[in-house]
Amino acid sequence: MSVHFKKKAANAQTAIPTASLPDIIFMLLIFFMVTTVLRETTVQVRTILPQAEAIEKIEQKRLVTYVYIGPKKLQNNQVGETAIQIDDALVDEVTNVRTIMYNKLTEQPRLIVSLRVDESSEMGKVIDVQQELREAGTLRINYSSKRDIEGTL
Amino acid sequence: MAGLISKKQRREAEIPTSSMADIAFLLLIFFLVTTTIDVDTGIGMTLPPKLDENVDPPPVKDRNMLKILVNTQGQVLLEDEPSAINMIRAEVMKHVLNCVSSQYNCSEEYSENPDKAVVSIKTDRQTPYDVYIQTLDEVWMGYFEIWDQLARQRGFASYNAYKDQLAEGQDNEINKEIKAQISLAEPDPGQ
Repeated sequence: MSVHFKKKAANAQTAIPTASLPDIIFMLLIFFMVTTVLRETTVQVRTILPQAEAIEKIEQKRLVTYVYIGPKKLQNNQVGETAIQIDDALVDEVTNVRTIMYNKLTEQPRLIVSLRVDESSEMGKVIDVQQELREAGTLRINYSSKRDIEGTL
Repeated sequence: MAGLISKKQRREAEIPTSSMADIAFLLLIFFLVTTTIDVDTGIGMTLPPKLDENVDPPPVKDRNMLKILVNTQGQVLLEDEPSAINMIRAEVMKHVLNCVSSQYNCSEEYSENPDKAVVSIKTDRQTPYDVYIQTLDEVWMGYFEIWDQLARQRGFASYNAYKDQLAEGQDNEINKEIKAQISLAEPDPGQ
């Protein structure tokens, strides 16, 4: 009788099957590949963004074009005059903004222009750019700003 | 002799796949490092379309317009009274809800109804940008608090909670009921 009740040694294999491991890793890989945006522009102006409370997220990054306004970065951490940069290049004449934006708008009708303006800038340049945007017809804008961490109240 | 006629051993042509996971890991780590998931945030605005020069802009009654002026030094003039920036929020709420909410007694100074209420921000060309953003932020927060109130009446915890549960393409009723009407005025020429 005792033979029947003798506990059998567990001989089930304890190894975790690793055959699907590459698939899992590939899945993660593809996720990160899709979400990655490689930084394609070098910002030539300083943009310390202001803080705000009533902010919203821009969900569709594909619609966004950035306009950088701020003091030009010089050597030795110094900054020069206020300049405007769109994509990779500085824009010398404010009126050129109109053409650039108009061309972008024909490619992407739902364009959002994100204004990344340095907090020390003066309104004059911003207003000039806004007038050009109105001329070009790109009316959806976004004043890029960071979330206020401490809270104003 | 029989030993010489050996069976031809056919090896299966196989690519070793055990290192596949390692390669994938390597790629994964590369993309992990280069990814930035920080979302862009900011204050959204819609600029007014370009006006026809021959057509005058629609007139707005003086009482329906809440005028905010920000000068070169970053000082704020609210309806011609010097004021602190953090006062704007309450003033915007009072202006918009003047004749709707029981809190306010429909004063002659403020708007007739929320549809007609306009908040106008005017700056100088030398106004610092961050003061402008603070001002604009306060105006928006005024509207956000109004929307929060409306959302609570509908049984939501906040306006954001209401907005989150909206399906794609569904109308934002709160936003429709009280529209944010903010006008960005151009600075006077010659400044």
